[in-house]
Amino acid sequence: MKEISCKLLVIGAGPGGYVCAIRAGQLGIDTVIVEAGKPGGTCLNVGCIPSKALIHAAEEFEKIAHLAGGKDPLGIKVAAPTLELAKTVAWKDSIVSRLNSGVAGLLKKAKVKTVQGWATFRDGKTVEVETETGTQVIRAETVVIATGSAPVELPFLPFGGPVISSTEALALGEVPKKLAVVGGGYIGLELGMAFAKMGAKVTVVEALPRVLSQYDAELTRPVLKRLGELGVEVMTGAKAKGLSTQGQAGKGDALLVETSDGKSAKVAADKILVTVGRKPLTEGWGLEQIDLDKAGKFIRIDDQCRTSMRGIYAIGDVTGEPMLAHRAMAQGEMVAEIVAGHKRSWDKRAIPAICFTDPELVTAGLSPDEAKALAGEIKIGQFPFAANGRAMTKQGEDGFVRVVARADNHLVLGIQAVGQGVSELSAAFGLALEMGARLEDIAGTIHAHPTQGEGFQEAVLKALGHALHV
Amino acid sequence: MGEHVIKLPDVGEGVAEAELVEWHVKVGDLVREDMVLAAVMTDKATVEIPSPVDGEILWLGAEIGDTVAIGSPIVRLKVAGEGNVKAGGGDAPKAEAPAKSAEPKAEAQPSTPKPAPKPANPPARVSPAVAPQAARPAPVSGAPRAEGEKPLASPAVRLRAKEAGIDLRQVPGSGPAGRISHEDIDAFVARGPQLTRATGLARKDGVEDIKVVGLRRKIAEKMSLAKSRIPHITYVEEIDVTSLEELRATLNKDKRGDRPKLTLLPFLMRAMVKAIAEQPNLNALFDDEAGIIHQHEGIHIGIAAQTPNGLVVPVVKHAEARDLWDSAVEVNRLADAAKAGTASREELSGSTITITSLGAMGGVATTPVINYPEVAIVGVNKIMVRPVWDGTQFIPRKMMNLSSSFDHRVIDGWDAAVFVQRIKALLETPALIFVD
Repeated sequence: MKEISCKLLVIGAGPGGYVCAIRAGQLGIDTVIVEAGKPGGTCLNVGCIPSKALIHAAEEFEKIAHLAGGKDPLGIKVAAPTLELAKTVAWKDSIVSRLNSGVAGLLKKAKVKTVQGWATFRDGKTVEVETETGTQVIRAETVVIATGSAPVELPFLPFGGPVISSTEALALGEVPKKLAVVGGGYIGLELGMAFAKMGAKVTVVEALPRVLSQYDAELTRPVLKRLGELGVEVMTGAKAKGLSTQGQAGKGDALLVETSDGKSAKVAADKILVTVGRKPLTEGWGLEQIDLDKAGKFIRIDDQCRTSMRGIYAIGDVTGEPMLAHRAMAQGEMVAEIVAGHKRSWDKRAIPAICFTDPELVTAGLSPDEAKALAGEIKIGQFPFAANGRAMTKQGEDGFVRVVARADNHLVLGIQAVGQGVSELSAAFGLALEMGARLEDIAGTIHAHPTQGEGFQEAVLKALGHALHV
Repeated sequence: MGEHVIKLPDVGEGVAEAELVEWHVKVGDLVREDMVLAAVMTDKATVEIPSPVDGEILWLGAEIGDTVAIGSPIVRLKVAGEGNVKAGGGDAPKAEAPAKSAEPKAEAQPSTPKPAPKPANPPARVSPAVAPQAARPAPVSGAPRAEGEKPLASPAVRLRAKEAGIDLRQVPGSGPAGRISHEDIDAFVARGPQLTRATGLARKDGVEDIKVVGLRRKIAEKMSLAKSRIPHITYVEEIDVTSLEELRATLNKDKRGDRPKLTLLPFLMRAMVKAIAEQPNLNALFDDEAGIIHQHEGIHIGIAAQTPNGLVVPVVKHAEARDLWDSAVEVNRLADAAKAGTASREELSGSTITITSLGAMGGVATTPVINYPEVAIVGVNKIMVRPVWDGTQFIPRKMMNLSSSFDHRVIDGWDAAVFVQRIKALLETPALIFVD
C-alpha cells in the first residue's frame, strides 16, 4: 500500500484526537487521523454520551413509576410503566451513530484524512496501520498520541460472563434483576443508580470508607440519601473477592465480598459491573518503539503536551488525570495551534467535573480543603436549593451551591454544587473561575429568576455575609 | 518685476546630471548676486551654485537627493526688471509654490544641520510611538502577587500575552484581586518589561529617518558595488617598523625647513612603488563587465581620508615619479584639500591602487574594501610596541600590521602574499627602499 506522508498524524479519534485534527485542518495543516473503532472514542461510543442516554431513560422511567405509585403530590395518575431495555439501547445507539457520522463529517469538512485501523509506531516519525486492506505506512512530521483509556480489570474478576465493564453495561438486552457494582466511583454510581431506577436490585461494593470519595462528604450527602430512596445497598469498606461460581456463567451468580468487619458475604447478582477506574492505553501501539518518558502509568507531558520525544505530543486520558473529555478537547485544540506555529501553553484555571448521579454533582476549581491549603484564609458561602423557588417547583430541593473564595481579596477559587440538573451550571462556574471573578463580580451579576442559577449568586452573597433568601 | 529661472549649470567633466545635496535657501528668501543657492555633487566633487542675480526665491525645483539633469531649471527668482522668463511662459509649476512656501520643519530634525525646504512628498517619518516621558504610565499599584502564585487574567488576556511573548507573572494587575486587564498589558508594553522603578531609565521607541544623500549615498553605492562584485581576499601580516621609525625620526629631526614632516605614508608609498614594479598586475583596474584588466604603468595611489562629510579618496598621481619628500608634500596637500572640501574632481579620481589608514584608530587588523574597480588596497594598522622573541629573549619592538585586500578574481592568494611580504621586507629594512 502506498505510503502516506503528512504534517500531522493524530492517533485516536476520541474527543482529544478528533478536536485536534479538526482544528489542525482549520489551520491548514495537512492532517491524518487514525482510529481503529468508530470516531468519537470512549466518550461518544461507550462513555459520556451513551451513559447519559441510558440515565435519561432511567430517570423518565423512574419518574413515571413514582407517579404510578400514587404518592406523588403532583396529582398525576398513570399506570405502572414497563421498560423494554433493548429498545432503549437501540435509541441510545441511534444517538451514538448520529454523532459518529457527525464527527466523521466534521473531520471531512476540515479536510482531515481518516484512516481506519490500528496504529503501531515503527519509529518516532513512522506509524503502521493495520487496515482491512493491508498495512498502511504513514510518515508524519508531528504525531499526536490520543489513545485514551480503558476500564481497569480486576484480576480476580476478569471481564466476561456475568462480569461486565461499563461498556457492556450500556448495551444490555434486559435490566438485570440483581446488579452488583464493584467500585463506588462516579461511573459505578451513575450506572448503578440508573439500573436501580430501571428496577434492578443494586448493591454497591466500595473498598474505601465512602463512595464518591473524591468529593467531600457534605457534597455527596444528597446522593447518598437518594441511593437509599432508590433501594441501593451501599457496602463501604468492603472488598470484592471474586465470583462464587468461579467464572461459570449462569443464573444464581454471586459476588464474594469481605465486609468492613472482616466477614465473608455473598452478594447475589445476575451481573457484576466492575467500575474501579480507568487506565491509560499505553500498550499495544508501540510505545516501546519510541520509549517515551512516563509519569506513573501515564505518558509524561509538559505544559504544551510535548512528550519526551521531539515532534510527538500526547493528549487526553493517556496523559493523566482528570480523565475527562473536555480536558482532552482543550489539549487537542491547543496542540493543533502549537503545531500551526501559534504560541500556546496550558494555562487553564479550572477543569470542571460533573457526576451525573441523582442528584448531579458539579465541581470546578478548588474544594474548601484544597483552597485552605493553598490560599490560607478562605470564605465559604453555601446556599441550599430548599430555599430556591425554581428547585421547589421542580421537586428538586435537595442540594446546594457552594462557593469558596480567598478571604483577603475575595477571588473565587472553587465552586461546587449538588442538585437536580446542576450540570448545566458548570458553564457559569467555569467562566467565573477563568475570568478571575471575585465574589463581588458574581454578586453584581443579575441572575435570572426563577432559576437554580440564582443559587450561585445567593451562595456568593452568603460568603459576603448578606445572603437575601436564607 | 519679472522672473528669473536658474538652470543647473554644466559643472564640467562632461557630466550630464548631478545630485542636489544641499539647499542654502528656501522659498521666500531674498538673495543677492553670488550668494550660494545650492550644492550639487558629481561623482566626488561638490559644486556650489551661486545666484547670478538679486531676487526673491519663488520656487525650488528639486529635493535633496534628487538627481538633476544639466540645464534643468532648479530655482525661480522674482527679480526687478524683466527677468529671463516671459510672463506666463515659465516651465516651472507655479501652483506648487504656495504649497512649498517655507513651512518650517526645524522642530524634529536635529540631524539636518541647515533648514531645508519641505519637499512636496516628505519622506515618511515615523513619529515616536511613545510620546514624551510625561505620558509614561505610572507604575500600577496592583496587589503584589506572592511568590509562585498564578497571575490572574481572563483567557483573552492570557492569549494576548502568550502571543505577544509576555510573561504574565511579570505584569502587575490593576484589577480587583490583582487581575490583569488588557490595559495592564498595554501599560506593561509601553513601560517596557525591564523597567525597574528605581533606575529612572526609560525605553525609547522613536525612529528617526535620515535620507541617505550626497557623498554618503555615493559611498554607500560604491561600497555595495565593491562588496557585491569583488570576492575579497584579505591578508594580514605584521611588520617590524622599529628601524623605519628610527629612520623617520632622524629624517624629521634634520629636515630642511621647507620640507614637510614625514609620516609613515610616504615610505609605504615608495615601498609599494617598488613592489608594484615586480608585480605590475596589482596596479590595475578590472573592468569586469568587459572582462579586461587595465594594467597601468603610472601608479596613482588613492589615500582614503576621513573628512567631516565622510570618506573621500584623494589621489597622489604618478607616485612612481615622486621621491619620498615629494610624496609627502603631495599627500599633505591633498589631505588638506580633502578636509577643506576644496579638492577638485581630478584630485579625487583616477587612482589605480589605494592605501587606507585609520591612523591612531588603526586597530589590530581591518578588512579593507577595495576601491572598485581597483584590484588591491593596502590597510595600515596602528603601530604598537610589542614583545618580539629574538631567539634568546623578548625585546620590545615597534610592530605594525598591514591588512590588505585583493580582488581574488584576478589576484591569487599567492600573489597577494608575495606582494605583502615584499612590502614587509622593504619596510623592515628601509634602506632597501632607496636602492635599486
